Amino acid sequence: MTVQELPGAGASHRPTPPPAWRPRTDAAPLLPDAEPYRVLGTEAADRLDPALMRRCYAELVRGRRYNAQATALTKQGRLAVYPSTVGQEACEIAAAMVLEEQDWLFPSYRDTLAAVARGLDPVQALTLLRGDWHTGYDPREHRIAPLSTPLATQLPHAVGLAHAARLRGDDVVALAMVGDGGTSEGDFHEALNFAAVWKAPVVFLVQNNGFAISVPLAKQTAAPTLAHKAVGYGMPGRLVDGNDIAAMHEVLSEAVRRARSGGGPTLIEAVTYRMEAHTNADDATRYRGDAEVEAWKAHDPIVLLERELTARGILDEAGITAARDEAEAMAASLRDGMNADPVVDPMDLFAHVYAEQTDRLREQAAMLRAELEAEDQA
Amino acid sequence: MAQALTRAMRDAMAEDPTVHVMGEDVGTLGGVFRITDGLAKEFGEDRCTDTPLAEAGILGTAVGMAMYGLRPVVEMQFDAFAYPAFEQLISHVAKMRNRTRGAMPLPITIRVPYGGGIGGVEHHCDSSEAYYVATPGLTVVTPATVEDAYGLLRASIASDDPVVFLEPKRLYWSKADWSPQAPAAVPGIGKALVRRTGTSATLITYGPSLPVCLEAAEAAREEGWDLEVVDLRSLVPFDEETVVASVRRTGRAVVVHEAGGFGGPGAEIAARVTERCFHHLEAPVLRVTGFDIPYPPPMLEKHHLPGVERILDAVARLQWEN
Repeated sequence: MTVQELPGAGASHRPTPPPAWRPRTDAAPLLPDAEPYRVLGTEAADRLDPALMRRCYAELVRGRRYNAQATALTKQGRLAVYPSTVGQEACEIAAAMVLEEQDWLFPSYRDTLAAVARGLDPVQALTLLRGDWHTGYDPREHRIAPLSTPLATQLPHAVGLAHAARLRGDDVVALAMVGDGGTSEGDFHEALNFAAVWKAPVVFLVQNNGFAISVPLAKQTAAPTLAHKAVGYGMPGRLVDGNDIAAMHEVLSEAVRRARSGGGPTLIEAVTYRMEAHTNADDATRYRGDAEVEAWKAHDPIVLLERELTARGILDEAGITAARDEAEAMAASLRDGMNADPVVDPMDLFAHVYAEQTDRLREQAAMLRAELEAEDQA
Repeated sequence: MAQALTRAMRDAMAEDPTVHVMGEDVGTLGGVFRITDGLAKEFGEDRCTDTPLAEAGILGTAVGMAMYGLRPVVEMQFDAFAYPAFEQLISHVAKMRNRTRGAMPLPITIRVPYGGGIGGVEHHCDSSEAYYVATPGLTVVTPATVEDAYGLLRASIASDDPVVFLEPKRLYWSKADWSPQAPAAVPGIGKALVRRTGTSATLITYGPSLPVCLEAAEAAREEGWDLEVVDLRSLVPFDEETVVASVRRTGRAVVVHEAGGFGGPGAEIAARVTERCFHHLEAPVLRVTGFDIPYPPPMLEKHHLPGVERILDAVARLQWEN
């Protein structure tokens, strides 16, 4: 006998309980586009704002140069490690560009470029990766949260901060960045759920760059797209070409506007590609072929924008040269900053554990001080 | 004690508009132990918020709120329900001040009802203090008296550092002639108190084991032992001076707690006492703790929890003659 055959198991014998819950909305408006949204190379490019696009171009070129310089610094031993964003510059830069001064950015460890594009000094942005301290800047001063190494754990922070700002009546939007691998973490789900329930002014930007270190997206999720995950939480999901800075800027701006006007959070999946390895310590040839990497080169964010803007007469040789010169100046200043040996004070180890040092830490600090003095005398 | 805790949050919220209470069931229901009873009604749901059921999310969003200048008071319904929040606790809550060189302290109070003795089924009775005290950056306090429940919670909420506030569940219903006092009236965080003076040996304890130790001290009088009882009140910072002074006076010490003995706070305390009091000790420092087992089912918990008999046995073993 199966359960269905048990007496009284049939639906007709079961009293219908009064509904305690009903779906509140039609899910259709929340669903992402079937294909990543694009502007460059489409009719939508007719609407481009030339001044904005010239700025985007300069930022992209600067961003690429930043990536190259940081990678070079790892080879010189000036940086302990660098997770490159070559190929992903459009996501990083658009994320920084759409925020107002009072807004907050919540970057992951890979998003130093977004922090730099927001105006942070590159040396301060790279302090964590250089290894002289964990966070090289005052988060409140720049409204950039510390770079988060544990995956997706910064997303609930963004939700809490945005929620707190709204409770205080402040006009603040939080934009939180996470990678495709990070969407598998519990904190990603909890953050999206809290944000949607609280209607917090948050924008979640997933940079789907194809791999979580070596694991491809197909082994990360069975969802049609990562943007689809939004629907289950009751927020719109947007799928966008992460190498198309015009599309990125438009979609992110729209999400920020929505958040600012009380419309609640948005989940954006930017489809992009990590052209280099996970970090300089990783060997990408073990998990992907050259052909795939080559194919993405034609879809490079700088190539896409440069082609569009030169064809439309928005950008000329002089503009390209100016952008490159600006990027070189940034690289030179970054080199100078990184070549200066950082000043590290061992006593800082004990200075910022508690507001007031415990007896235990005072004891240990005294021990270290004595060791240092003995070293000095030796 | 429950009312003292409620009163502490109410007074803090009334004095400081940045204090926000949040957690599962803390609003309309007033918490499963009713510790937040009436707060949502008095201060509104924005100040006392029923969150979705997700501990990492509760603590993670509290981090963001604290980053923006609020003082969240988070309730983790039961000891073992706090574990999903451990990554937030350890990677962010405990480290944010340090990561940012003091630029971004997180004044979050994390209330954790802990310990057994209430007949709860599994996952409702863990003594999880060893996890917290092993994490630098966290302050860990636990009241054992009604007065401390109020005073320590006020001090925790006022602290600029994150505080894990361990509430002994079985003392929620303990009563005392008590009227709320200014936090200054009772010693704040980091100070242990001698709850009973004695000359024969020191019982070092905290939270749910304090009443048990006081009872044991009374019973020991019949054996001719005059026991001193030290209530730590705060595990981090640890008030070594009060403990050491007491043991130097009495020459003998037993550490008593519900948490398992291996790697438990008692191991650290016994080591510290031995280091500082070696020449004053008449016997090895002993520990009376819960067994090193997962918390037992309610019908067996009486065998696990350190009781008066086990403490008296340890005291008898202190008559060390080699």
